[in-house]
Amino acid sequence: MYKFIARRLLATIPVLVIVAVLVFLLLRLTPGDPAAILAGDAASRDQIAQIRISLGLDKPIIVQFGIWVSHILHGDLGESFYFKIKVTDLIAQRLEPTLALATFTLVIAVLVSVPLGVIAAWRFGSWFDRALMGFSVLGFSIPVFVLAYILIYIVSLKLGWLPVQGYRRLADGFWPFLRHLILPSITLSVIYIALIARVTRASMIEALGEDYIRTARAKGLPESRVLIAHALANAAVPIVTVIGIGIALLIGGVVVTESVYAIPGLGRLTVDAVLARDFPTIQGVILFFSFVYVVVNLLIDLSYVIFDPRIRY
Amino acid sequence: MDADALPVETADLRRHESAWRRLRRNWSVRIGATVLTLMVAVALAAPYLGTVDPTLFDAGSRDLRPGMTGQITTLDGDTLPHRFLMGSDSFGRDIYSRVIYGTRVSLSVGLLAALLALAFGIVAGLGAGYLRWLDGVLMRFMDGLMAIPGILVAIALVALWRGSLTTVVIAIAIPEIPRVTRLVRSLVLSIREEPYVEAAVSLGTPTWKIMFGHILPNTIAPLIVQGTYICASAILLESILSFLGVGLPPDIPTWGNIMAEGRVQFNEYPHNVFFPGLFLAVTVLAVNILGDGLRDTLDPKMARRL
Repeated sequence: MYKFIARRLLATIPVLVIVAVLVFLLLRLTPGDPAAILAGDAASRDQIAQIRISLGLDKPIIVQFGIWVSHILHGDLGESFYFKIKVTDLIAQRLEPTLALATFTLVIAVLVSVPLGVIAAWRFGSWFDRALMGFSVLGFSIPVFVLAYILIYIVSLKLGWLPVQGYRRLADGFWPFLRHLILPSITLSVIYIALIARVTRASMIEALGEDYIRTARAKGLPESRVLIAHALANAAVPIVTVIGIGIALLIGGVVVTESVYAIPGLGRLTVDAVLARDFPTIQGVILFFSFVYVVVNLLIDLSYVIFDPRIRY
Repeated sequence: MDADALPVETADLRRHESAWRRLRRNWSVRIGATVLTLMVAVALAAPYLGTVDPTLFDAGSRDLRPGMTGQITTLDGDTLPHRFLMGSDSFGRDIYSRVIYGTRVSLSVGLLAALLALAFGIVAGLGAGYLRWLDGVLMRFMDGLMAIPGILVAIALVALWRGSLTTVVIAIAIPEIPRVTRLVRSLVLSIREEPYVEAAVSLGTPTWKIMFGHILPNTIAPLIVQGTYICASAILLESILSFLGVGLPPDIPTWGNIMAEGRVQFNEYPHNVFFPGLFLAVTVLAVNILGDGLRDTLDPKMARRL
């Protein structure tokens, strides 16, 4: 098992290197002076010259890449010229709302979708199964921001139950914090529910066809135990995998959702940075999100050992 | 010789006919294709559907509710009476005209991005699947590209290049390429073991001819399915980019742009957001339903997996 973990860790390195190369090239392949782009439109000649020296722009591109990577490895993502602070500090400031939103969304999505998928597989071909499949196509198709506005219109404007938008820090009290996160998390979880429910159903249908299910039923186990302890336990690996792959969807959704609900998180930061053409921040956020995505999927791969003890590497 | 060739040909014909028949019998294909055909018709007939030039505005017709009558100033300076079926925005532009013309943008971006992603993915996938020396490098590159969430790739590219139809299409297509590449590669790896490929190799057929003449035609069904899904997500992504203000310039009528403008006054005039949103959701839904239908009929292997 340790060998597997070591091999999986090593396999992550090339992916991270390629991500770094791509983010690095993003700026270098753009017409124009990278130093001037990084410094922003309002920068003075001295500032641009300083950036040029610190990035080693007079050296060959391989050396430039080396300098850039060593900056990142030292935790230096550069300085945002728009927000006038270090990009790492900026990301740290904006982390809480995004983390809260993503966690709530994940919890809602898993709690709703897994039971739905299990029931649909259990009653395969029934009206419930068909309805869930129909909903899942709808969930994939309805744009996050359209759904957001429908929910705001009904729940906040017509019924007045929840705030229209905004964010309260956890430090300002749990109830205001929760109230501001309910709608955004529900909005964002819909596409995720559609995805996980679909895979749960497919994986469960397969598991329910196995011999051990017949054995479990034959020895008189209650149906709930057959479904959860026997079928779901064996269907877990694809479900966990799709949750990991879905993190990419979640990150994309965060960008849109935070924008609609005016939540000052990393997604909102991305959009603000793009609108201000603040490239140090754009680079930093992309690197950060990609890193999170790769690490989450690494952890999920490693978790297979727990979810399915048969997997021995 | 002729007598021998005939049955093979008819057998081939019959198989094609039955695939076509299966498609026409499938309800998902029927529904999806009907709605999409309607949308294409709307896009093509946009000038004849009671619309005005979507960029025209009139200061006197600002923020009208759906169905109200106002006036619109033409480019020549004439003022015409006009009925605003979906109301007007804060500039006094006709939302109905903008939504109808927006159909053109969304459908062309979806189609072009799908074609572009398929084209690059096919070339890369054939290369990776057939040329062993290329495989490792290319697939590691694709893994890296896949690790960056697609929406961020698109946003960053558009930000660097500034929004235009070409840059938006390319920026949306790039994050889709790795998935197509993986699909094509896996298909190639299984097809290249087939006897007819072996036969072609032993006859000394050039590699490019085997790749494009023998292997590619057998990957078409799954690629059509994949292309349909890419089209749906491209339409979504374009509207997201426009909505966030980083896509096509705001004067171009796209559903995302109309919504981006309407969101400011959403509390009073929710229809500015809801009409384009409805068109967007219905279109994406239709493409996805069509994709599901195509998958079930053309690519039963993939259908069983999901």
